[in-house]
Amino acid sequence: MQRTPFYKFHSQHGARFVDFAGWEMPIMYRSIIEEHRQVRTAGGLFDVSHMGRLKISGRDARRLLERTLTRRISDMKQGACRYSLVCNEQGGVLDDVLVYRFEYHWLLVVNASNREKILAHLHAHVGDWAVKIEDQTLSTAMVALQGPRVMDQIARFSTEVPNLRRYSFCIKKLLALEMTISRTGYTGEDGVEVILPSLMAGMAIKLLLREDPDSQNSVSIQPAGLGARDTLRMEAGMPLYGHELDEATDPISAGLLFAVSLDKDDPTFIGQEALKKIAQDGPARRLIGLKLDGRRTARQGASVYIGDSHVGNVTSGCLSPTLGFPIVMAYIEADRLDTDATASVEISSKRVDAQVTALPFYKRP
Amino acid sequence: MASPHDRKYLQTHEWHKPEDGLVTIGLSKFAVDELTDITYVDVAKTQGPIKAGESFGEIESVKATSDMYCGIDGVIVEVNQLVIDDPSIINQDPFERGWLIKVEPTDTAQLDAMMTAAKYDQENH
Repeated sequence: MQRTPFYKFHSQHGARFVDFAGWEMPIMYRSIIEEHRQVRTAGGLFDVSHMGRLKISGRDARRLLERTLTRRISDMKQGACRYSLVCNEQGGVLDDVLVYRFEYHWLLVVNASNREKILAHLHAHVGDWAVKIEDQTLSTAMVALQGPRVMDQIARFSTEVPNLRRYSFCIKKLLALEMTISRTGYTGEDGVEVILPSLMAGMAIKLLLREDPDSQNSVSIQPAGLGARDTLRMEAGMPLYGHELDEATDPISAGLLFAVSLDKDDPTFIGQEALKKIAQDGPARRLIGLKLDGRRTARQGASVYIGDSHVGNVTSGCLSPTLGFPIVMAYIEADRLDTDATASVEISSKRVDAQVTALPFYKRP
Repeated sequence: MASPHDRKYLQTHEWHKPEDGLVTIGLSKFAVDELTDITYVDVAKTQGPIKAGESFGEIESVKATSDMYCGIDGVIVEVNQLVIDDPSIINQDPFERGWLIKVEPTDTAQLDAMMTAAKYDQENH
């Protein structure tokens, strides 16, 4: 199994490891719920080095990305990030990605489980274009710092980073360390994601977690595992590949139309015709949020009913640590939404009443 | 951490401790750690007869939902209301305060067929 450059750090902090897409990753250190609350109230540090980082350069890099990403990227300025999908011809999602615009190249951050697939997909569509694709996943590391106190912590060594706008990034040189710092994340909190050379990982983490001697609270940022990352993103209503997104699901059903530029023509993107049709006709299914009665959680695959009809299935669910009640995301038949009938979810052969609610479940104050 | 030797264990991680003519059943620390933070305990049968191999309820954590099994024939006489009200007690103290049910057994010899603590720890580390 693959280990990230932070493996030793995780062990020293008492991590419990799980296999995540072939990577030995910390699921938690002390408690998923405690780490979740740590992120909502102060700050958490996540190792996300398992995510794929693909550098795209060359004269036709822009064209390859316009062809393979659903969202227009030609108008991106240097220092900007954008969320996009990669689709197949039918409009099914191959992956959801973050694209970074550098001065002379682009960077794609892809899901760990889809890295090989996306690499193959990009290579398959290069054709005669002059494009160089470099997989930098192993030569770099990546951490996410998320939470309301993260920017104060960073302000101690940078004035530039706290002034970054959402979805923009800067390159920060610190001693011998060059880091790409973006104001992005996957928790619903303010914060940054940092890409750095693997060899610098040990030094960087000490720097990022260094305590402020003047601080009232002794510890503002603590390591948090993938378990908390999952419950945080659920509260924030963010999709996870393999749950809300897969090759049989289109971005419009998933509520991600904002990341699809249906009017692309230079060149068009793979899946554009199919998605245009879905946008015109309206999607057959829609991703919704459900708030469940009681304390029990529904898991992926659980049946959703409106009245007595089975209308869809749960994609993710947890007992929300912040809100205190169970939340689930589910796909249901789009034309069943406008009804007064009670929604319910089947848990252990019993129906539990549920209220349809807008996503996200949680927004930071 | 070694599991306590005063009780026997099932492959499915439930410990069975004989005391005062009853058998107290709970989950091993190994199982509890694997589940992560426990958020809900559902003891479907709060009273009445139960058979070895039968599920007596479900346990939910942040990550997963699992069945819990009884390893002995008998009658459920008590359920730990404390852990139903506050499931995190199972995380804090799985072998003592975090017990789940008490069964009045019909045949305590069934305990002999279960794993010793040493064998259980050997299989789960």
